[in-house]
Amino acid sequence: MDIHEYQAKELLYQFGVENPPGALAYSPEQAAYRTRELGGNKWVVKAQVHAGGRGKAGGVKVCESVAEIQAACEQMFGRKIVTHQTGPEGKGIYRVYVECAVPIAKEFYLGLVLDRSSQRVMIVCSRDGGMEIEEIAAEKPESIVRESVEPAVGLRDFQCREIAFKLGLESKHVPSFVRTLTGCYQAFRDLDATMVEVNPLVLTDDGRILALDAKMTFDDNALFRHPQVSELRDKSQEDPRECRAADRGLSYVGLEGNIGCIVNGAGLAMATMDTIKHAGGEPANFLDIGGGATPDRVAKAFRLVMSDEKVKAVLVNIFAGINRCDWVAEGVVKALAENPIDVPVVVRLAGTNVEAGQKILADSGLPIIKATTLREAAEMTVEAWKHAPDRKSLT
Amino acid sequence: MSILLDENSRVMVQGITGTMARFHTREMIDYGTNVVAGVVPGRGGEVVEGVPVFDTVEEAVKQTDAEASLVFVPPPFAADGIMEAAKSGIRYCVCVTDGIPAQDMIMVKRYMYRFPKDTRMMLTGPNCAGTISPGKAMLGIMPSHIYKQGNVGIIGRSGTLGYEAAEQLNQLGIGVSTSVGIGGDPINGASFKDVLIHFEQDDETDIVCMIGKIGGPQEAEAADFIRDHMKKPVVAYVAGLTAPKVKTMGHAGAIISAFGESASEKVEILSEAGVTVAAHPSEVGATIAKVMAA
Repeated sequence: MDIHEYQAKELLYQFGVENPPGALAYSPEQAAYRTRELGGNKWVVKAQVHAGGRGKAGGVKVCESVAEIQAACEQMFGRKIVTHQTGPEGKGIYRVYVECAVPIAKEFYLGLVLDRSSQRVMIVCSRDGGMEIEEIAAEKPESIVRESVEPAVGLRDFQCREIAFKLGLESKHVPSFVRTLTGCYQAFRDLDATMVEVNPLVLTDDGRILALDAKMTFDDNALFRHPQVSELRDKSQEDPRECRAADRGLSYVGLEGNIGCIVNGAGLAMATMDTIKHAGGEPANFLDIGGGATPDRVAKAFRLVMSDEKVKAVLVNIFAGINRCDWVAEGVVKALAENPIDVPVVVRLAGTNVEAGQKILADSGLPIIKATTLREAAEMTVEAWKHAPDRKSLT
Repeated sequence: MSILLDENSRVMVQGITGTMARFHTREMIDYGTNVVAGVVPGRGGEVVEGVPVFDTVEEAVKQTDAEASLVFVPPPFAADGIMEAAKSGIRYCVCVTDGIPAQDMIMVKRYMYRFPKDTRMMLTGPNCAGTISPGKAMLGIMPSHIYKQGNVGIIGRSGTLGYEAAEQLNQLGIGVSTSVGIGGDPINGASFKDVLIHFEQDDETDIVCMIGKIGGPQEAEAADFIRDHMKKPVVAYVAGLTAPKVKTMGHAGAIISAFGESASEKVEILSEAGVTVAAHPSEVGATIAKVMAA
């Protein structure tokens, strides 16, 4: 789960990571009002969206009067921001963060991630902050400092000092850098983050170390033990279909094609998409219904896939281990009985209780096309889609 | 003798009293697996599917000499269950639980390394389908009837895609020596390489089928091992050639794993290491048959 910059700053602050004074606003008027409360004579207005690359897309403005702030906000609110991280549909701006500008002496990059190779938390730093880390990696790879954290003892001060000196910080600034990095690590660990990124982390003219931007991503599997983090979820930043799917315990990614897919297991779901493409079709979605799929969950998956109006045919591919084909079949029958659909449905069942599942489908009398192998299922679905009539309007 | 698991392995099920655990314990027993104990804290003394239940793994091991464990414990408590098994002398553990926090798994792995190599538990999973040595024993949740006994070793990061491979082999009359699911979580137990080491030494395995997918460094690591240390042929399939690039917010992850994460890069790396890569998921069985005939 992702959160906004201002939320990440609030969380990090609780762990000793400092940032400039700032205020959140939900409208241009509120932004103007809150800027007067903040005081000062130079501010940065930042669109709060779950994506990097905001600056280049017009999501960050430096302002020197309250009138400028209000004008900048009027440009931003309600607009969609499109960056290389949002996809073409973009992300809506419904909140802005106004922050007092600070005099910057140096900019650094600071990131913490879960590294799958070492299976540890990895710290990535560079003295070339402000740029995106991919650019740094491409242009100045020698400036990147990496350090992995031994889980039994956590991040030690000496590691932070090593990084600080490698970044070229003067001795007098090292203690506050150590405090900042330790705070980021503690937040990562205590809140079950999978990513913390502060870019830029700055040294100010008066010798303070401040987070000017902050991004945090959290481990969805650990949200159960962090209700205060779960509350920060902002559904306006999520794809509405993916969001509805997540609320139903399904994993869904919308795509551009017109063959709807309902599959169990992420690997098999991807393999099903590969096979559809090989057979000459285009998948409309990735959908993993997971283990323990009850009839109710399958029915929900159907409604979700059919809510995409591009869908002209549906392929259900279930290889049951922990799932049971009879449950899946019941779900298919339930879904089609409650909401008759006007596109062809191909069902391929295999694995646990497959005979019982096939019987339920056959006894239902519904026009379900049965397939036995993955290839056959994909080919039948593509064939059915080619001959499918246009969809009637859905109710 | 099969790798990791055979008909003599003394098996324990942690979390045996849950509905799904009961169902799959029954399936495992019916398949011929030697299930000797169950463990659920506070439920010691009960009997489930004819299997005695103990409060702790330590007690179960003491009373029954259990040596392999299947962890069926809910996500918030699963890491604890795995560590309990590691400490109590279990040699091989399969964890099927899906949804364990990544940092819990970091802790599990660190804890397992506290034990000297010769007594260290091997873990496969979490979030995997388990391990089966067809005709002998099964430790997991897979549909056993699709596996025919034979000489192909299967390792998969994806459970259901592993079934798909086994089913295709079955249709062609080809059998499996052992199938091992290693799970798709970012932090997991044994890697492809760890299992390949076992298959290379196993006299019942003549060829290995590896099922990978996008993300993570494990296929590239396996490719190095195959090129430098394996004499047995390896056939692979990597799922996700048509998958869209995952939208992520941060950047730091992107530079750590600079190359080898996408399906097409993995195919390239594996091919260069001498692995025969099946172009499509429906051709995995046929590709293995072809390599075996060559």
